[in-house]
Amino acid sequence: MAQEFFIQGNEACAKGAITAGCRFFAGYPITPSTEVAETLARELPKVGGSFVQMEDEIASAGAIIGGSWGGTKSMTATSGPGISLMQENIGYAFISETPMVIVDVQRGSPSTAQPTMTAQGDMMQARWGSHGDYEPIALAPSSVQEFFDFTIKAFNLAEEFRCPVFVMADEVVGHMREKITVEDDIEIVPRKRPEKSDKYLPFKNVENGTNPMPSFGDGFNIHVTGLTHDERGYPDTNNPETHDKLVQRICDKILNNRDKICSVQSENCEDADIIILSYGSPVRSVVEAVNRARDEGKKVGYIKLDTPWPFPEEQVVQLSSNASDVIVVEMNLGQMYYEVDRVLKRSANVHLMGKIGGAMPTPDEILDQINRIGGN
Amino acid sequence: MSEQKENRFLPYLREDRLPHIFCPGCGNGAIINAFLAAMEKAEMDFDNIAMVSGIGCSSRIPGYLNCDSLHTTHGRALSFATGLKVANKDLDVVVFTGDGDAASIGGNHLIHAARRNINLTVICINNNIYGMTGGQISPTSPKGSFGTTAPYGNRDAPFKLAELVAAAGASYSARWTTVQIENLVLSIKEGLKNPGFSFIEVATQCPTYFGRKNKLKTPTAMAAVMKANTVFKSAAERMRAKELEGKIVVGEFANSQRDEFTEGIEKISVEKSGKKTIINSAFESKL
Repeated sequence: MAQEFFIQGNEACAKGAITAGCRFFAGYPITPSTEVAETLARELPKVGGSFVQMEDEIASAGAIIGGSWGGTKSMTATSGPGISLMQENIGYAFISETPMVIVDVQRGSPSTAQPTMTAQGDMMQARWGSHGDYEPIALAPSSVQEFFDFTIKAFNLAEEFRCPVFVMADEVVGHMREKITVEDDIEIVPRKRPEKSDKYLPFKNVENGTNPMPSFGDGFNIHVTGLTHDERGYPDTNNPETHDKLVQRICDKILNNRDKICSVQSENCEDADIIILSYGSPVRSVVEAVNRARDEGKKVGYIKLDTPWPFPEEQVVQLSSNASDVIVVEMNLGQMYYEVDRVLKRSANVHLMGKIGGAMPTPDEILDQINRIGGN
Repeated sequence: MSEQKENRFLPYLREDRLPHIFCPGCGNGAIINAFLAAMEKAEMDFDNIAMVSGIGCSSRIPGYLNCDSLHTTHGRALSFATGLKVANKDLDVVVFTGDGDAASIGGNHLIHAARRNINLTVICINNNIYGMTGGQISPTSPKGSFGTTAPYGNRDAPFKLAELVAAAGASYSARWTTVQIENLVLSIKEGLKNPGFSFIEVATQCPTYFGRKNKLKTPTAMAAVMKANTVFKSAAERMRAKELEGKIVVGEFANSQRDEFTEGIEKISVEKSGKKTIINSAFESKL
């Protein structure tokens, strides 16, 4: 029997984590993500899991990498300043191919800025926050239900591709309360353990890019390092070929599977002259604005990015093929906008409707923008 | 030339990774030997040991040992080790770190790991200098010593790590030097057996950088100075602060049981779920 709950977004995220098999959470209190930690501190011991409040966010990211190699699905949750502190260890997780989930409930930024107000200023930090080349996966929920669903999806993707996955929520989605439905038959992806008999190489240049992963104590005696390493995991830092193969594989395993990873939702795009593109909580206003514009007979549609990263390029191009104008609605001064402009600039005028300050873009404001551009 | 005798600890090493990167005269080799001797004396199962390290010369040690090893980011080894130990408390987790790694960039993690009394054995190889990056002063460089970033002499007072960690709550803390290998072996053995946070600081020689910058060019010269400056803790307790300046006080600074961190987590799990914390749950599709 499917179950229904009326809960807060951050609580739904915690519930999703436990459903996905997360049994270790390490974190540090920070508004507006703290309820994720508080809920897991209460709930994890009830399912044989472990909760640790670490001394800071650097340690939190480190601890979940250790926890993941210890054989436990692991997660942390944070907000702006915390995601900044985690970046070095996130880079380590990419190069060591460590599955884990990082939840970022975004708030006004830069620096400590607006702890209790919503924003989407960390989108490029999810993409490029740590130094060097890597391809992240990031999901952006627009509702409490999606915060639950996407947290599970994040764990599944992390295990399938052996990489960190971001859930890029925002204060509105984190703190609002809505009804969610928890189905009985939720798909959970378990970690793939290598065969004992294999001549197992933890970082092998396999065709699909993703190797199975043992846990420490399984008897494989593996070496994991943030240094450039060969297929055995041994440091090989001065060999250009080793580095190129390693980093290229880490990128390709995501890029070559975009059809499996990327997800968008859309409505009324087929005949639309104007398309509103958004993600996260602003999508709620976008849907309302598009419905009202349609009621007024305007040919307007919307695209919602479920996965800002990797950017769903093909889907966005295909859905916008008949549009003359695309308006990107986001709560920053232009982040995903540049990505949309990069892929659409030859076929459509791409406009930014970036709003900061912590108040959601309203349907009226979006309708004004549509009218300014001249939707008819 | 006489035939070289094979090191009896060779079976514990990743032979395919040799030769190692350590300089001639470095103390790391002696400390690896001391660790393996202590591990045998403590009757540990080597296959159950997982090692974690940060960045620096000493942090390269786990890479040469044939066990699961996690070579992490600079200063953060203890946070990775905390997660690993919490995820699987049956593992014997050993951390190799250095003075810069543990006490400078990783200082906060060090005191918090000690405060938690989490069952980790930390071997902190203190050479008073940043070796990997070429001889910069560290938070344990003696006042007045020279480094590439202290061309006119270090003005800062050094940390006393074993005392710091004991004050932060570790249930075992000790300091020895590479001159007192037998004491070091016994201390590492104590640390491995202690079911809590164990910290063993080893003062060691870095002839390549500390020695060269401080007119102690050979490992033997450094060892002689280290030996001459060593004071046993029992003797140090009767000495005045002025007399102890520049001395290396060796001995145990903490050795008393108290509640261990992962046992506490397990206790809550048993209370709330009726079972111990689950190990290797990532491989299950249904929990």
